[in-house]
Amino acid sequence: MDVIEVRGLRKTYRGHDAVRGIDLSVPRGEVFALLGPNGAGKTTTVEILEGHRKRSGGEARVLGEDPGTAGRDWRARIGVVLQDADDAADLTVTEMVRHMAGFYPDPRPVAEVIDLVGLTEKSKARIRTLSGGQRRRVDVALGIVGRPELLFLDEPTTGFDPAARRQFWDLIRALATEGTTILLTTHYLEEAEALADRLAVLSGGVIVAEGTPATLGGRGAAGAKVSWRHEGVQHTEQVADPTELIRKLVAEDADLTTLTVTRPTLEDTYLTLIGDHR
Amino acid sequence: MTAAVLPGTAHNGLARGRVELLQFIRDRTAVIFTFAFPAMLLLLFGTIFGDSYEDTGVSVSQVYTASMIAYGILSTGFITMGSGLAMDREDGTLKRLHGTPITATAYLLGKLILVLVLSVAEVTLLILVGVLVYDMPLPDASHWVVFGWLFLLSVIACTLCGIAVSALVKRARTAGAILNVPLVALQFISGVFIHPITQLPSWLITVASLFPVKWMSQGFRYVFLPDEMKVYEAAGQWELGRIALVLGAWCVIGLALCLVTFRWTEKDR
Repeated sequence: MDVIEVRGLRKTYRGHDAVRGIDLSVPRGEVFALLGPNGAGKTTTVEILEGHRKRSGGEARVLGEDPGTAGRDWRARIGVVLQDADDAADLTVTEMVRHMAGFYPDPRPVAEVIDLVGLTEKSKARIRTLSGGQRRRVDVALGIVGRPELLFLDEPTTGFDPAARRQFWDLIRALATEGTTILLTTHYLEEAEALADRLAVLSGGVIVAEGTPATLGGRGAAGAKVSWRHEGVQHTEQVADPTELIRKLVAEDADLTTLTVTRPTLEDTYLTLIGDHR
Repeated sequence: MTAAVLPGTAHNGLARGRVELLQFIRDRTAVIFTFAFPAMLLLLFGTIFGDSYEDTGVSVSQVYTASMIAYGILSTGFITMGSGLAMDREDGTLKRLHGTPITATAYLLGKLILVLVLSVAEVTLLILVGVLVYDMPLPDASHWVVFGWLFLLSVIACTLCGIAVSALVKRARTAGAILNVPLVALQFISGVFIHPITQLPSWLITVASLFPVKWMSQGFRYVFLPDEMKVYEAAGQWELGRIALVLGAWCVIGLALCLVTFRWTEKDR
């Protein structure tokens, strides 16, 4: 059985359909990313799966249970990284991590978790004094301290500087290697590409495309654009496989100093996808 | 793998209580205002109304000391709880805890521990002011027994009502303003600020009698004042049995309201 199984999930707020029939399957150990513009229904979907919101319709199974009714044992098996909390400002990092660890049957050692998120030097600092990025790393520490089988990450790297983001990606990869299933939402396409085994694009409350980062939205079959400049004239050709064309150009002794071969980036694919469904 | 056990509600509740206290004492402004305000009111009232009750030898400031103890418990229980819950809902504390195996009971137990400790400290401070500044004699053992149950019932009733009322508070910023309306009104009609309560129109006394504050202040006057002061009460009696009954009923009402209104997260729009 998959860790997350969702069929026809719907959520209506006062007549407004935020989620309009989503199907998802996430097997154990997979890193799955949900992409989509603001208001697409990402956070609503995640909050339903976390058991924070009730769904209006459809089926949802998370770790074999209905998240709307699952109990304490189930909550001990999931980890939630909050998106915009600023609680516990007057506690130190160590105090807060130790406090939260106490709720779980088999928590990770406190110092180990703090080290994993790279906050060892700040472990005695009050959370109030941390920068935005450091604050988010505390959230991650609190999400993983209970050794969750399934981790929810809702836009975890918002406000991170590039170095902190890379460090965070390494942590997520390490967790995935240990077998943690991860459901991630993000605005950053390079983040989804770096981390996700599979991803889905959500727009207007429905999934408009699903696949691996390499194949999403027909990206794998989209071919390549080959450009070069020969005797002052710009040439551009769209081909399924550039090998043949380049071989021909070499045989013709064309000037290839400016040759470029480009494939659609994940961002191009994504923008086309959400543009089509706006 | 050993079968790991999920920590229980009592364990988690104690852990919450510890963290609540730690956070409270680190917020120095909250400490000063929570504790200093009732003591300051007591010193002001005691100074402004300096006379004594006819031939009883009991000074007005001694009466205020007893009544202000009721106020101290009310403000710590009701305000700390009401605004604390609104704050926890707003800053993500509740949402974070709801993602863990902790129960709502353990969370509320932590809050109750916070209020209990604060109330003990608050009441100790007020008794100290009464004894040191206004020569209030300390009562005998049998009065302390009444003090014990009265204190517990008062703290529990105020705390539970505070939790229930927090459901009406949409934003933590407005919590103080909203919560102070019933608080101040009840104090004026319940014999905390204005005593003897018999100066009030009888219909107002009837209204006050529906709420716990009148009974709390009456009970603490029984504990700290000589027996002959009972003639200044609404019924001319201390009415200990009725005090226990009304406060007990408010504990039950408060608990019922809590169970109905408590939400981990803001209600779905």
